[in-house]
This record gives sequence, structure tokens and C-alpha cells, in this order.
Amino acid sequence: MPRPRPAATSSSRASSGPRRAVGAAIIAIACSASAAAFAYTGGWLTPSRLTPERIVDALSMRGGDPVGHRRNHSKGICVLGTFEASGAGTALSTAPMLVRGSYPVIGRFAIATGNPMADDASGRVRSLAIRIVAPDGQEWRSGMNNSPVFVVATPQAFYEQTVAAEIDPATGRPNPQALEHFAATHRETAPFAQWAKTAPWTTSYADQQYNSLNAFRFIDAQGASHAVRWSLVPTTAPDIVPVAALAARGPDFLERDLKARLAKGPLTWHLVATLAAPGDPTADATKAWPPDRPTVTLGTLHVTAAQDEANGACRDINYDPTVLPTGIKPSDDPLLAARSATYADSFDRRTAELAQGNSASEHAR
Amino acid sequence: MKPTRFSALQRALHWLMAAAIIAMLFIGVGMVTTVHPRYLTLVAVHKPLGIAILALALCRIVLRLRRGAPPLPADLPHVQQLGAHASHLALYGMMVAMPLIGWAMLSAGGYPITLGGALRLPPIAPHDDALYAVLRTAHVWLAYAFFVTILAHLAAALMHALIRRDGVFATMAPWARTGRS
Repeated sequence: MPRPRPAATSSSRASSGPRRAVGAAIIAIACSASAAAFAYTGGWLTPSRLTPERIVDALSMRGGDPVGHRRNHSKGICVLGTFEASGAGTALSTAPMLVRGSYPVIGRFAIATGNPMADDASGRVRSLAIRIVAPDGQEWRSGMNNSPVFVVATPQAFYEQTVAAEIDPATGRPNPQALEHFAATHRETAPFAQWAKTAPWTTSYADQQYNSLNAFRFIDAQGASHAVRWSLVPTTAPDIVPVAALAARGPDFLERDLKARLAKGPLTWHLVATLAAPGDPTADATKAWPPDRPTVTLGTLHVTAAQDEANGACRDINYDPTVLPTGIKPSDDPLLAARSATYADSFDRRTAELAQGNSASEHAR
Repeated sequence: MKPTRFSALQRALHWLMAAAIIAMLFIGVGMVTTVHPRYLTLVAVHKPLGIAILALALCRIVLRLRRGAPPLPADLPHVQQLGAHASHLALYGMMVAMPLIGWAMLSAGGYPITLGGALRLPPIAPHDDALYAVLRTAHVWLAYAFFVTILAHLAAALMHALIRRDGVFATMAPWARTGRS
């Protein structure tokens, strides 16, 4: 818009000499202090800060080529299905997908590895992530593992464990001393280690129980909060084999087994919430709750179809466990925020890598 | 007749948004570099605050178009006049673009756009990895550009207030006018 110029003698009373120098100094200090505060907040001045980037960097160095893939649970397969809510959960939570009814699910089975080409037999931890969508668009995303507890309680310990598990380029394997040192200095890993050593190995994703590990809070219609963990309990009988026999089944036996089973019919799990008693730890995923805690069966997950991940519906979903509907909130478990922040970084990287890869292959054509 | 100051509403909006935008930039740069439990709180503030800034920015642009702005001093060098107009245009542009990019980015990433409680916004872009990657990068670099432009804006405002003392700062000063213009 046109601007009428004020009279030539403007209101300017420019300072000169020392006042000018003081003014310039104030400006310089104000700007550099602001920039320094911004840099501090962004972690540039504190390289020791544990950031999502450092965790994802460490996760990316566990063998194979994870570019374009999730940096953990890198090898997986998409599935489709429905969650059939029993309605029993409505007494505990106002989450819309706990109201009796049927809700669509996009899920993903995976093994906990950093290598998208890993042998399935190398996956001690198997996982199932699901996204349940309510008719109003609200989502419940959950990433669950078949171990009864998580290996560590804090993001810092998770980072140290991941660094200890990095592949030594000289041997192509993790440094056993680093892993031993980590275990010796982190006694909280003992319950997980005990499970890893003694739990039977099976031939299938279908016969595993998948556990939320972290605690959450169900908020009921009266606004009361209930500390819970949840599990997907299989209805498929376990097919137990010696671990040595798994390698002979080929590197992708879990995917082949899943597809073969689904060709015959849906696979089902019961979604069961376990309620904490007062005093049960909600901020420590390494500690199981006593087995006598009350449970509520929230519904049944029916898995009906599998899709290869490369073009599957789950590929572009970040199974961030803090994407929750009303009626479910994160607990005080410090792993939840760290999982959310770290999954986001991993998601940012693989989407950028895929986009770059696609444009590179278009150029190549 | 041209006003000699921005209207009270314009000044109130300016300072309210200054606080909101600076908070927003610090929350943004802080939340993506922490795994502390406060991460969840920061993200939960970032999204509704961004939408609030978008709404306020649209109000502000309407006000700016209707009420205009006091003229810059005639003796301000041409280059500085140009810099002032360009930076103001850039600031208005980024106030609108940043929240829209953030909103579109979450849409393309397949994230629900939650603003607290059951309050959600619809997606404004298709769920698309490649689009997400572009918008995510744009959101970061535009945030840095926004912060640098704000620093330049701060430096210029202080230059007018402390060195040139030409009354430009007073046109947007939050306090009531004193004897000097």
C-alpha cells in the first residue's frame, strides 16, 4: 500500500558517540544471548545430552543395511485384521474402541533386530504392533513384545545397551566384553535375561503372547485412573522346537509360517488388561507385576491377512505407543516418552531415505 | 490521516504472538532433541499452540490490511526501508506457513492431529511418505529461518529504540505513549 512520507524533519534524535556504542553493545548481547539460549535448547551446546538422534544412530549400527527401514524391529511383515471389543473395558476406560463393536486394525509382526535382512532365528524378541481406529477417527497404537518384561528401565540404560550391542567391524559381531560389562553393571536386566535364556522357542508369530511392557492409565467415565498393562494372549497352541532346529527352516520362516496359517483362516488373540494393585511399579518396565493381579478381557484381535512390508499398509505407520485415544494415557514410565521421541526420529529418517531412494531410482530409469 | 502508532489491538496481538512464537520455536527445537518425559508435554503443547498462532496470524493480517501501519521515518535509508518491508512480509508469511506445514506434515505422516482431549483436526494432506519427508525438512529449516528473522527483527527494533531513536519502536511499544513520540 502507498505510504505517505512524513515531513523531512523526522522525529529522529539519533544518539551519537558513547550512547551509540552502548546501544550497539546491548543489541549484540540481546541477539547473541537469544541465539545461545536457542542453541542450548537444541542441544548444540551439550553434546552429552541423550537425544533421539543418538539412540537412533546407535540402533542403526547393529548389522545389515537399515537405510529406508525402521531402525529397530527392522524386519517385519504387515497384517490386517479387526479388533472385536467385548465392551468389558468400558468400565475402566472411555476409549471409543473399547465399546462393544468391531474396529479395523493395521498391524505389523517383527523381530527385534537392526538388520532388515536378519535371519528370523536370530530374533529372540518377537513383536506385534497394532493400530486400532475408532469410528470417530481416534487411534490406539501399541507396540508389544513377546518378552514378559523389558530389558531396561530407562532411556539411558537402553542407549548403553544398544551401544554395547553395536557390531564390531573387525569381527562382524558385537563385542562380547561390552555386552558382559553392560549386563554386569545393569542388574535390572536379569529378569529379561532369565526369560531370554529359558523361554521356549517356537516356529510362529501366531503362538506368541505380546505384552505392552510399559504401564498405561485407563481413565474411566468418572475420571478415575487405573494403572494397567495389556497383553495379546494367543489362542494358537505353541509349536515348540529346539532353537538349533530353527535355522534349518530358512531365514524367513516366521513370514512363511504366518502366510501359511492365514491361508487357512484368521488368527486370534485376546486383548487382556492387567490392573495394578497400589504399589505395583508403573515406572519400571523391567519388573513384572505379581501374577495374581485382576485382568479384564477387552476383546479379541482377529488377524486375517498378511502383506509384505515393502508395499504393505503398515509400512508408513509409526507405531508410537503414545498415540492414544481419550480414555488411555501414558503412565509415569520414562520409556514411553523416549519411545515416542525415538520412533519419530526413526520414522523421519526412513521416510526421507525412501523418498530419496525413490527419486534416485526414477533418475536411474 | 495515517496513524502514528499501531492500534492497541495490533500491539497486543504483536506482543502476545511474539511470546507464543518464541515459545513455539524453543519448544520445537527442544522437544526433538530430548528423550526426557517432558517430551510428551512439549509435543502436547506444540500442536495446539501452533494452531493458535495460525488463527492469531490470520486475524493479524486482516487487521494489518484494514488498519495499515505507521509510516517509517523518511530519513531511513532506502535499503533499511526495503529490509523492514521484506522482513515483515517474511514474518507474516512464516507465521502462517509454519503451522500449516506442521499440520500438513502430521497429515502426511499418518499421525492423528490431536489438540488435547478428544479435540482433533482433519488431515489436510494425503498420508504419503515422500510428502512427509519434504514437509518435515521444510518445517525444520523454516523454523531456523524464522528464528534468524526474529533475531534480525529484534536487532532492528533495538536499533530504532537505542541508536536511531526515531520513534519506530514506540509505534509497537507495549506501554502507553509517553510525552515523546
